[in-house]
Amino acid sequence: MALFVAMPIVSASEPITLDPRVEAAEQARIAAVKRAMPSTVSVFVPGGGGGGSGVLISPDGFALTNFHVSSPAGTYMRCGLSDGRIYDAVIVGIDPVGDLALIRLLGREDFPFAEMADSLKARVGQWCMVIGNPFLLNTNLKPTVSWGILSGVGRYQYPSGTLLEYADCLQTDASINPGNSGGPLYDADGRLLGIVGRASFEKRGRINVGVGYAISIQQAKNFLGDLHSGRIVDHATLGATVASDPDGGVRVSNILDTSDAYRRGLRYGDEILEIDGRSVNTANQVQNVLATFPALWRVRLTYRNDEGLQSTLVRLASVHGQDELLEKMAAALPPPPPAPDPKPEKEEEGGDGEKGDSDPVPIPIPNPHGEPSAEENSEIPEAVNALFQPRRGYANYYVNLQKQTQFIDSLKAQFPGVVSGATHDSWTIEGMTLGDDPKAVKLRVSDQEFELVVGDKTITATKSGELYDGITARNASGVLACLNSWRRMLRDGTDQFGECFYRGSVPLLGERPLRDWMVGVSGELETSWLSHPETKQVEAIEVFADRDDDPVELMIRWGESKSDRPESMEVRYGTDAVLTFKVDQWETENAPEAAQ
Amino acid sequence: MNRDAKIGWFRLAALRAFAFTVVLLLIGRAAAYEADLGTLTRKAQAAAVKIYGAGGAGLEAYQSGFLVSPDGHIATAWSYVLDVQPIVVLDDGRRMDGTIVGFEPELELAIIKIEASELPYLPLSDTMPEIAEPVLAVSNLFGIASGDEPASVMQGMVAAVTSLDARRGTFKTPYSGPVLILDLVANNPGAAGGVVIDTQGRAIGMLGKELRDASAGVWLNYALPAMKLRPAIADIVAGRTVAEQSQKSVPLPADKSQSLSLLGIGLVPDVLEVTPAFVDRVIAKSPAASADLRPDDLILLIGNTRIESQRMLVDTLRFLDRRDPVVLTVQRDSRIVSIKIQL
Repeated sequence: MALFVAMPIVSASEPITLDPRVEAAEQARIAAVKRAMPSTVSVFVPGGGGGGSGVLISPDGFALTNFHVSSPAGTYMRCGLSDGRIYDAVIVGIDPVGDLALIRLLGREDFPFAEMADSLKARVGQWCMVIGNPFLLNTNLKPTVSWGILSGVGRYQYPSGTLLEYADCLQTDASINPGNSGGPLYDADGRLLGIVGRASFEKRGRINVGVGYAISIQQAKNFLGDLHSGRIVDHATLGATVASDPDGGVRVSNILDTSDAYRRGLRYGDEILEIDGRSVNTANQVQNVLATFPALWRVRLTYRNDEGLQSTLVRLASVHGQDELLEKMAAALPPPPPAPDPKPEKEEEGGDGEKGDSDPVPIPIPNPHGEPSAEENSEIPEAVNALFQPRRGYANYYVNLQKQTQFIDSLKAQFPGVVSGATHDSWTIEGMTLGDDPKAVKLRVSDQEFELVVGDKTITATKSGELYDGITARNASGVLACLNSWRRMLRDGTDQFGECFYRGSVPLLGERPLRDWMVGVSGELETSWLSHPETKQVEAIEVFADRDDDPVELMIRWGESKSDRPESMEVRYGTDAVLTFKVDQWETENAPEAAQ
Repeated sequence: MNRDAKIGWFRLAALRAFAFTVVLLLIGRAAAYEADLGTLTRKAQAAAVKIYGAGGAGLEAYQSGFLVSPDGHIATAWSYVLDVQPIVVLDDGRRMDGTIVGFEPELELAIIKIEASELPYLPLSDTMPEIAEPVLAVSNLFGIASGDEPASVMQGMVAAVTSLDARRGTFKTPYSGPVLILDLVANNPGAAGGVVIDTQGRAIGMLGKELRDASAGVWLNYALPAMKLRPAIADIVAGRTVAEQSQKSVPLPADKSQSLSLLGIGLVPDVLEVTPAFVDRVIAKSPAASADLRPDDLILLIGNTRIESQRMLVDTLRFLDRRDPVVLTVQRDSRIVSIKIQL
């Protein structure tokens, strides 16, 4: 210490000239901090109930923080930026298992926001920095910067308590203390690498011991769509357990026969090689990859069985049932922040009686300002209330309703909805099968009748129950269920279709970009619409008859022009296509009474 | 040297060292250096090992170590973890049984050998590092790295080179030589035996066991300098120090050999499979009493032979001629004491 105290005296009396490279490096570091800092958020729970950090990720005010930072606040937070201004913020979505929360700062459309790095490319030894609100020191709203290196990447930290699981996380020696929770871990250029959230504290008290963990920004990217849905989101599971083989590699040690992985041929003893393009060699690595996916994602799985290498698509399941998740979440909510001026922990001699519990824990929420006052807490500003709606299973149902409106608007803006005044009482589609032996295809869907003609074969149905049977029989007539859902959604809207909600985002056939995912449940059938995030065009419609069986999938291939009808469509079950056809004609008719 | 002169010298040294550090750390922004730091990190991680052994009841059953020879010699901290035959996990994920081939209680150093060859190892520095020299510390702190995960890496610099025994009793350690004080939070549970490297990729120190200032409650971040460990490591690796049973294969007749009762030593009850050789009582006016052996001393060595248990102590004595002196190395509180008992 003395050395650094003494140093400025020396430099004052005998100025030293720095190597120009040193000068340049120092300037680069200063520039990186300057670039990064404006996106750092100091989160305060109104009424003095603690707080933490966060980071802005879009100009319209969306910011990431930890679930364990947002949860004591509930729906409303006060957020400070380094420009010295304070903004109201509303909760958007939460991921209690992954310890993430999406909040929205209000009042601007031009917030500074962080550029995201590719955390999969992060390497040990790389310089990094943590900027945030340690010990809630930022009462002047100037964030604190700490610098270090990545000490480990791809770390897996076992669930703390029953819920929180940190998979594929980044470990850093940059100083992380209570109050840094939810804040950004940036790379040396000021790009966002992860969200700080956990630390090994152990017996030295609640201060930095050189080991902090950040949720990778890759995981946050995977969950962003789901968080934007306003739901309380869950994580994915394969439906199989795996074990590291002593001779190398990782093998299936147990598998549920109701899982999609089982349906795709995965069996006991098979060797798992790759998940979503990432190679895996140990059981930890498998969990490391899987735990970064939201529930129900469909990803590519490569495995080896007796017949050789297999590459397939697998739909992942939810780790929890909805009730189970809500129950566990309630149980996992952090205890109220400690009272102000806590008594210092009793010092003990030489570690006697101190339990060596080395499990890293979520960083505690500091609370220097005393107990939250219920009275102050209840004063939620009108602007925040206007953007919030409670509902079971949701952090904020309001944002989901907004997404539903966006979905239906864009669905109406694309073919076959462009015909002005169409009420979509019936659709008639004609085309030809693709392949060596083309056959005429005709499809007709309306409230009363469903018909599929391929060549000289005709399948008809009059009740939606028969559509259900078509799907469970895995035949091409499943396409009628997909088209009918599409037609009905256009005609009836989300209000009358059935129970509708925006689920989040998901890869399409294992590929990115992530597609927006809308769900509508009507009767026994559950329909999913997957739309391209930029063109907004529906690219796939899936209808589940039975959750434990393959849905029918309709892949829709669009032409160059947005207003054009689809060029071709494909009907699939699992990984098998049962009908592929070119679309030549698509007629939308109004029922006679509706036309009048 | 008067105080002012000292400070002046210190400033100068600090300045020089600081400038050196700044050059090394800040050149940093150039991509080339990033690559160098990455390479250096990988090099250190490749030679780092995780060691699993005895523990429980609040004591972590793991620590760290690093390869000091291509043939599987591993330097680590001498600790309770090594009370059982340790399991060593290499950077590549290989899991191997380790054998303790030597230890130096005064250096809190143990050398473990695994049966492998052509391993990546770190050369030991033979000089004392400069103050403010940038360093990387690699260890399995908190047992974070499981399976084939690489050990954790931290960065910082040598903040001071000093001696821990300036205030005896402040830090409970038998080691009394110079230590490297680090400005990084290196000495966590499981970090003991981890390696500290310089920018040349040389091991300049080994992370010590957790130490806390008995009065202030402050935890110390330090490493034992490699140049102090080097001779002992070299001796053990070269086989000049052998921590093995006496070469004689047949014990001496009972009336010719040494025994506890002859020496006047009573041990604590032998209730475990491996009961440590703690002295319970010393018979008054016995040879042991004359040599100032005391109750509560823990017998670590007879000559160069490591005493793992009471049974081993009794067996070892049976090989020793009662006409020869018995040289014991014992741990008394936190000190290592050498005792020569002559009948």
